[in-house]
Amino acid sequence: MQTISSTAGEVTSRELRQPQSPLVTIKGEPLPLTSSKFVLSDLAFYYGKVQALAGISITIPANHITAIIGPSGCGKSTLLRTLNRMNDLIPKTRIEGQVFLDGDDIYSPNVDVVDVRRRVGMVFQRPNPFPMSIYDNVSYGPRLYGVTKRADLDQIVEFSLQQAALWDEVKDKLTQSGMALSGGQQQRLCIARALAVEPDAILMDEPASALDPIATLKIEELMQTLKSSYTIVIVTHNMQQAARVSEFTAFMMIDQNRAGTLVEFGETAQIFTRPKNRQTEDYVTGRFG
Amino acid sequence: MITQARSTLLFTTPIVKGFIQAKKGRQRRRAINFFWLGITGVVTVLALVPLFWIIGYVAVKGAPAINLAFFTELPQGMGSASGGVLNAIEGTVLLTVLSGLFAIPPGLLAAFYAVYHPNTWLGIALRFGADVLSGVPSIVIGLFGYALVVKPAGHFSALAGSIALAVLMLPIIIRTAEEMIKLVPKNLRAGALALGSPEWRAALQVTLPAAISGIMTGFLLGLARVSGETAPLLFTSLGNDRFEIGRLVQAGFRSGQSFPEILYNIIQQPVDSLPLTLYKYTQQPFPAQIQQAWGVALVLIVLILMFNIAARYWVSRQAAKNRG
Amino acid sequence: MPRQTLDREFQHLQEEILLLGSMVEQAILDSVSGLKQHDLAIARRVYKGDAAINEKRFAIENAILVLIATQQPMAHDLRFLAAMLEVDTELERIGDYAKGIGKITILLGESNINIPVRELDRMAEVGVGMLHKALSAFINEDSDLARTIPAEDDEVDDLYNRIYHLLVASMISNPALIDHANYLLWVAHNLERTADRATNLCERTVFLATGELMEIETSSEDDELDEI
Repeated sequence: MQTISSTAGEVTSRELRQPQSPLVTIKGEPLPLTSSKFVLSDLAFYYGKVQALAGISITIPANHITAIIGPSGCGKSTLLRTLNRMNDLIPKTRIEGQVFLDGDDIYSPNVDVVDVRRRVGMVFQRPNPFPMSIYDNVSYGPRLYGVTKRADLDQIVEFSLQQAALWDEVKDKLTQSGMALSGGQQQRLCIARALAVEPDAILMDEPASALDPIATLKIEELMQTLKSSYTIVIVTHNMQQAARVSEFTAFMMIDQNRAGTLVEFGETAQIFTRPKNRQTEDYVTGRFG
Repeated sequence: MITQARSTLLFTTPIVKGFIQAKKGRQRRRAINFFWLGITGVVTVLALVPLFWIIGYVAVKGAPAINLAFFTELPQGMGSASGGVLNAIEGTVLLTVLSGLFAIPPGLLAAFYAVYHPNTWLGIALRFGADVLSGVPSIVIGLFGYALVVKPAGHFSALAGSIALAVLMLPIIIRTAEEMIKLVPKNLRAGALALGSPEWRAALQVTLPAAISGIMTGFLLGLARVSGETAPLLFTSLGNDRFEIGRLVQAGFRSGQSFPEILYNIIQQPVDSLPLTLYKYTQQPFPAQIQQAWGVALVLIVLILMFNIAARYWVSRQAAKNRG
Repeated sequence: MPRQTLDREFQHLQEEILLLGSMVEQAILDSVSGLKQHDLAIARRVYKGDAAINEKRFAIENAILVLIATQQPMAHDLRFLAAMLEVDTELERIGDYAKGIGKITILLGESNINIPVRELDRMAEVGVGMLHKALSAFINEDSDLARTIPAEDDEVDDLYNRIYHLLVASMISNPALIDHANYLLWVAHNLERTADRATNLCERTVFLATGELMEIETSSEDDELDEI
């Protein structure tokens, strides 16, 4: 665990002691403190007795797209789900280390998990519109948080759908079932639904893996427009997609104990042209395994 | 050079052809296919024969007993060909509705629990219990209703009957609802929880509507199943020649009872049901009652058939609505 | 090991680029020996032979573009193809220098100008030697070797300066030979550029091996600055 994390650069060891320090650089300039959204410090995760993540320290910059790549079973999704505590739903799981969201440790006992999930939205691999109308899908979140006035809801629904680049396609059929939309539209509906609760960050777990190439590109374009207002973390199997959409890339692999670790984290341009680590090189050139 | 470069791409794996001789054996394959297809056709017809036979036979034998009075009048006593089975029809409807009310809410809750906590002792106990319960003979469940309600209250009642039927229905509801909830993509629940929804709201507003068509099928199948039951009613609702909801309501109003009091009064009455009437009439030596028993059988079959058709219609409409 | 198909294509490209390199080396050597011997047949062969070099260059370029479009190269693979594209172009330009020397040989015909044979021969020898080493460093991705090669450019630059002074002197002594002396200056220039392009190959090799985009400094470049 220690050996692997050291390959992620000196960054890691510094981060262990000072989770809030600026650890990421953009074009050589250190990232200002206020620009980091998530700071993970020596994170480990267990499914029962099985360790799924080990020694993960990473700083995810705010208002940028960060991609997590790596071979199947390396813990990408598990890592993503630690960021909004979705792993809480799986019984007998255990977490060590810390996850800071804007400086707050989201695993500290006095933190309300509902509040974490409002601040960190999630989009899933398969589009999962609720079995209700488009309008109700988008207003589901705001209603949870006590918005009841029809006029307010109307406004939120329109704004969210516009942000998700779906409004023009559905504005005349808001009462139709969300499940009647095409796959790509459904996924954008799910993005609109996540945006409706005004989150700070959006986690995307292979959001385009069930979509055709055109719908995929629409989602990718959408991500580019969203990143000015939201921090986006995307897990993807598709390296070209990671290269296309993200500014930062984290490469994960399993270590000798079969636990997922961070191998290399850096600017996407660097990871895909001049990776520092041999394993990253092998993975991005498709010569892994 | 380019042709060379492409050629290494194209010819690295030689494709061997000519091993499979397509024409040979085609005749034989077709003959075997025809034979087995024929067998399945014959067996299908054989399976359908009893169904239509029973329905047709009952329809022919029961039709002469059917007239308006059959549905609107109480029995006129043994030996009389006039009068109807209004008491049994109303009793069946009452028992079915009541048993549904008793069985569906706990059945649903149990199903959700069994799906969400499958490996806890309670989850395992629930599924095991439902399996065992579905194997208990219905007459034993009738005895249970007798011991639980009839004995302490000192009289037979619709309440006791519907509780017995509810117990009978419970495993069907739990198992079908469990299967249907399991079929709902886990993502859907995760999507609601990821928005910060509490578990109960996710279950009620997202998972349940997604599974509702399947769950409704379970309900209606359960209702159809118990509406044909006789044995558990023998010890619980007993039977009641004079049961007539309209008369009870009128009497209640006249004595100035409130609506809940009237309702309570109704469910405290012993009631008849179609299967129970069928059973009793077939024991009689009177040809008039035998004829009426055929009529009751026909009404019962049509009622259950209608339940099934309604269930199927509802499910297909719901599925279409979800799909848009 | 996945991507065997891609690796095979890469190997194929390397073979082709080596072939192009040897064609170019041969063209430079032939052009100089044609000049020395006033052999117009050799000069014409070199002049015409450039078409084959150009053709091979485009074929390689096309193959590289097809691989970029179809194989989504990343990291080392991407650097390999980018460097290959550059090397491909450099070699073709060196081929053009040989062609130029061939053309000058034809233009000089039976001119009685005194050709600085020894110096030109040596320039060709060193330039082609650098090219040869640079190519093998490139194929082997040997950045250490690549970093040492550009130093040899100093000798080429010295030779060029000597030839320059010799030719200027002959122009002054016999103004009727100015045209022909000028032609010979071009020849020297072409050979000098050959060595420079070999240095470019070395820079590509360092990029390929390390991902570092850099200019390899040679002392001669400082000299050039001094001269200005």
